[in-house]
Amino acid sequence: MSVGEDAARWTAVCRFEDLTPERGVAALVDGTQVAVFRTHDDRLFALGNQDPFSGAWVLSRGIVGTRTSRPTVASPMHKQVFDLCTGECLDDHGVAVPVYGVRVREGTVEVSAVEVNGT
Amino acid sequence: MSGGRIVVVGNGMVGQRFVTALRDRDTAGAWQVRVFGEERQRAYDRVALSSCFDGVDPQALDLVPDGCYDGHDYVLHVDEAVSAIDRAARTVTTSRGRTVEYDALVLATGSYAFVPPVPGADLPGCFVYRTLDDLAAIIAAARRVTGCSPVDPAAPAVARACGSQDTSSGSAGSGSTGSPRGVVIGGGLLGLEAARALHQLGLSVHIVEMADRLMPLQVDDGGGALLRRMVEQLGVTVHTGTFAASIATADSSGEPGAGEPTGAVTPGHAGTDGAAGMSAPMTVTLGDGTTVPAEVVVFAAGVRPRDQLARAAGLAVGARGGIVVDAGCATADPSVFAIGECACIDGRVHGLVAPGYAMAALLAERLLGGPGEFGAPDTSTKLKLLGVDVASFGDALAATPGALEVTVNDPVLGSYAKLVVSDDASTLLGGVLVGDASKYALLRPLVGRALPGDPLAMISPAGGGPGDGGPGGGAGGVGVAALPADAMVCSCHAVTRAAIDTAITELELTSVAEVKSRTRAGTGCGSCVPMLAGLLAANGVAANPALCEHFACSRAQLAELIRTEHITTFSDLVTRHGLGRGCDICKPVVASILASYGNGHILDGEQAALQDTNDAFLANIQRNGTYSVVPRIPGGEVTPAKLIAIGEVARDFDLYTKITGGQRIDLLGARVEQLPAIWRRLVEAGFESGHAYGKALRTVKSCVGSTWCRYGVGDSVALAIQLELRYRGLRSPHKIKAGVSGCARECAEARGKDIGVIATERGWNLYVGGNGGFRPRHADLLLSDVDADTLIRTIDRFLMFYIRTADRLQRTSAWLESLASATTRPTVSTGSTDTASTGTGGSSGPAASGRTSHTDATDATSSAHGLDGLDGLDGLDGLDGLDGLDGLAYLRAVLVDDALGIAADLDAAMGRHVATYHDEWAGVLADPERLRRFVSFVNAPDTPDPSISFVTERDQPRPVLLPVPMQAPRVQAAADAPAGTAR
Repeated sequence: MSVGEDAARWTAVCRFEDLTPERGVAALVDGTQVAVFRTHDDRLFALGNQDPFSGAWVLSRGIVGTRTSRPTVASPMHKQVFDLCTGECLDDHGVAVPVYGVRVREGTVEVSAVEVNGT
Repeated sequence: MSGGRIVVVGNGMVGQRFVTALRDRDTAGAWQVRVFGEERQRAYDRVALSSCFDGVDPQALDLVPDGCYDGHDYVLHVDEAVSAIDRAARTVTTSRGRTVEYDALVLATGSYAFVPPVPGADLPGCFVYRTLDDLAAIIAAARRVTGCSPVDPAAPAVARACGSQDTSSGSAGSGSTGSPRGVVIGGGLLGLEAARALHQLGLSVHIVEMADRLMPLQVDDGGGALLRRMVEQLGVTVHTGTFAASIATADSSGEPGAGEPTGAVTPGHAGTDGAAGMSAPMTVTLGDGTTVPAEVVVFAAGVRPRDQLARAAGLAVGARGGIVVDAGCATADPSVFAIGECACIDGRVHGLVAPGYAMAALLAERLLGGPGEFGAPDTSTKLKLLGVDVASFGDALAATPGALEVTVNDPVLGSYAKLVVSDDASTLLGGVLVGDASKYALLRPLVGRALPGDPLAMISPAGGGPGDGGPGGGAGGVGVAALPADAMVCSCHAVTRAAIDTAITELELTSVAEVKSRTRAGTGCGSCVPMLAGLLAANGVAANPALCEHFACSRAQLAELIRTEHITTFSDLVTRHGLGRGCDICKPVVASILASYGNGHILDGEQAALQDTNDAFLANIQRNGTYSVVPRIPGGEVTPAKLIAIGEVARDFDLYTKITGGQRIDLLGARVEQLPAIWRRLVEAGFESGHAYGKALRTVKSCVGSTWCRYGVGDSVALAIQLELRYRGLRSPHKIKAGVSGCARECAEARGKDIGVIATERGWNLYVGGNGGFRPRHADLLLSDVDADTLIRTIDRFLMFYIRTADRLQRTSAWLESLASATTRPTVSTGSTDTASTGTGGSSGPAASGRTSHTDATDATSSAHGLDGLDGLDGLDGLDGLDGLDGLAYLRAVLVDDALGIAADLDAAMGRHVATYHDEWAGVLADPERLRRFVSFVNAPDTPDPSISFVTERDQPRPVLLPVPMQAPRVQAAADAPAGTAR
């Protein structure tokens, strides 16, 4: 279940066209580092920016791709792959990163730093 | 009946299969067999007929095993039809007037192409699509109207080269502008095959299908819609829900040859030599009144069983034709049998080869006293039609009561997939795949079995690449490993998983080719071949060249596809040759190859998204998320002023500073948003990128050489600088290091490098394939005492040959070892290609001008169909004389003697690299769009990452390690580790 829209505080982080397809950016939202990704089909995803394996806050700099049909990002550190939809690590079951809300309003990308359960 | 004389009528696929099966089983020699085939050719793989258009030699379609016919017990008569059966006398009479006695008669007469009773169907430009002779006639006709000289189907690569508009048929005024047109009547499997053939022959193609979608028997509406769109994208015009009402010559419209085609009439001419020049322009009028001008018309409206011989002999035939037989393939006459497409079992005629093969096997069994009954046939099909993968299997149209359908329709990826499952969603009943049929091989054997996973995940668009079960995983995480032992992996030859597993272990098979030859799996339609690799892997035999789940081929093969097809974007490549949207394995590989062949700045356009983080930020990521900066110091020579500039930058940005092993200086601890400011200072001081972050040339290390050293015999510094400036920025399969020593004392440790040069009294010695690191190796001597020009030319070729043929992350040392024997050598495309037009290399080096660029029809055709194109890369792999050479001698032959004829290409490629080199960092600083990415936070560009902090240790900053949420970070193999600080 995602958090109701009213409960989420949305923070504008950039224009949609500022995002390069199949890359991520980091945003600082209410003190939380959020990695925002734009996939090839122009969908947006937001995960926690910290790589849980190295501790470095770098997930936004990973390579975006697919595994089977899932959109993914690979950690730039040691290449563990995370599901962009659910935050789950597909290489190490049981490991996951937070998933955050992200949306586009009138061309502006907005992020909610309230954690969403990945489903 | 347990022995005697068998006469087999028909030497098609099923007739031959029967003979082969009988011969295999009849070890006691109970039967003597005589086979009569009406065609000039002995049995060939009719299913693969269209592969002749891909350059396959018709000889390769031959289905008769060596030694099958010995002239005594097993005799084959081709070009001799059986014309009558005398059941009372138990004899047959042939077209050559021969009368032959039988104890058992096997009718395997197959089908004929059905030609609907359309007025004009007998015009000379009308054909059917069934035999090699039909194919030859179509090719000859197409050649005439496209202005190309007639060819035999034996000539490979029929199409492409002929795009000429010159119609030798002359008579103008048909209003036909553009390409000559071909109309295919019938939009089923055969129709689409025929359409593809005409398309490849250079004709503009129309397909006419009576049903409201293409392939109505195999796919549903959704799949049909996608199929239609993809076919139309190829320029084929599709007419559904209508039919060909009449065909008339354009100059005598309405006056067709009004033949009433009866039975087996073959329209037009049936031979290669028939009616040359007679195919006048025609007009095909459709049921809805549409008229389509056409030079060639092909009927592919289905087939009908050839049962005339049986009818004439008084045997029963089915309501819609077909010789009536029981489940043991016997007619009412206990001495007469029928198998394959001419047989009618339970009122049904089976038009696919798999049921025919099943009948052939069971009849052979029964004639030897065994049991065997014809069961439910497997009607699965998988084809690549007009370049579109289409597969259907099991209950594809969901005819089972209560069946549920799970559908994934992704118009963006161009894939449609449907699984039909039982009403409780527990059992797989069938399915349809259009656009991406890679999961067919895995799904088909699971029909009738419990679903091993979530059906939706199993057909997700990008799932399960070829070689399921390998590292790429299978459909929705279900790999080959999930197949039960009795699952039919190869339905063409009825080979189960258990049989393959047993063969792999007991016969110690190690390759797909061996599995195919020993089990026959994969030698029918070939759709299960990808699974064989998976089964090898499941049995502990690993040999999968697939780069990742997105590409079924190796890096070297990708490099060749990119080079020969002039591919400049990842999207184009993955669309043509891959699946999904890539990953951290294939994207950097493709980025590297694109950069090797020169495609502008690596951060421009789509390339930006392919780069690993190091290349994306033109710096090396460190464990706390900061980056290191390494300016290039060619040959390790640096002026005091530049040294001071580096020191000032390090001081001002508080960077940890260390001298590297490659004779340059590493500045560590830079935050991403500091990188542009740091580099602006460095560029102003005259530095450029050192590519420490790239799989590229790193450094050329040198000793001080003869200028200063009292032992030196060569100017190692000058040469090192020359080499470093020549190869700087050259992207390659892995990092490249070089060294130049001024004398044999080897102070530059050149023999530990990929390229080592050591000065001699008479010139330079060149060593290649050295390595430090994980697996140290001394470089091998390739050339002795050569001058600088020869040296550089050879290194040029060495590097470009390496880039062209090495595997992913394969250092030159391992690559050199792979060249040691002919069996492990990479296949090398020897044809010259149009390299001059690759990428941005408009200002190609001088070496390019001496080479005529051409792309011949063979290359174009063979590479136009996905990975099939790789077949064209085999080139002169077996070139006489090279096979016996060891790795170094082979390399010498290729690089120095140009044994493969590629030296000019290699030279030109390096010429382009040298001519188009630009400093990547200067390129970033000059472009606000590229600079925009160098921020810690997109919404707070000037805010540093708060997680990064340092303490002081030995008067320098040292990162404070971040708390690691995970207990045990995975340790990667050395080869996969990021470049880090090693250099």
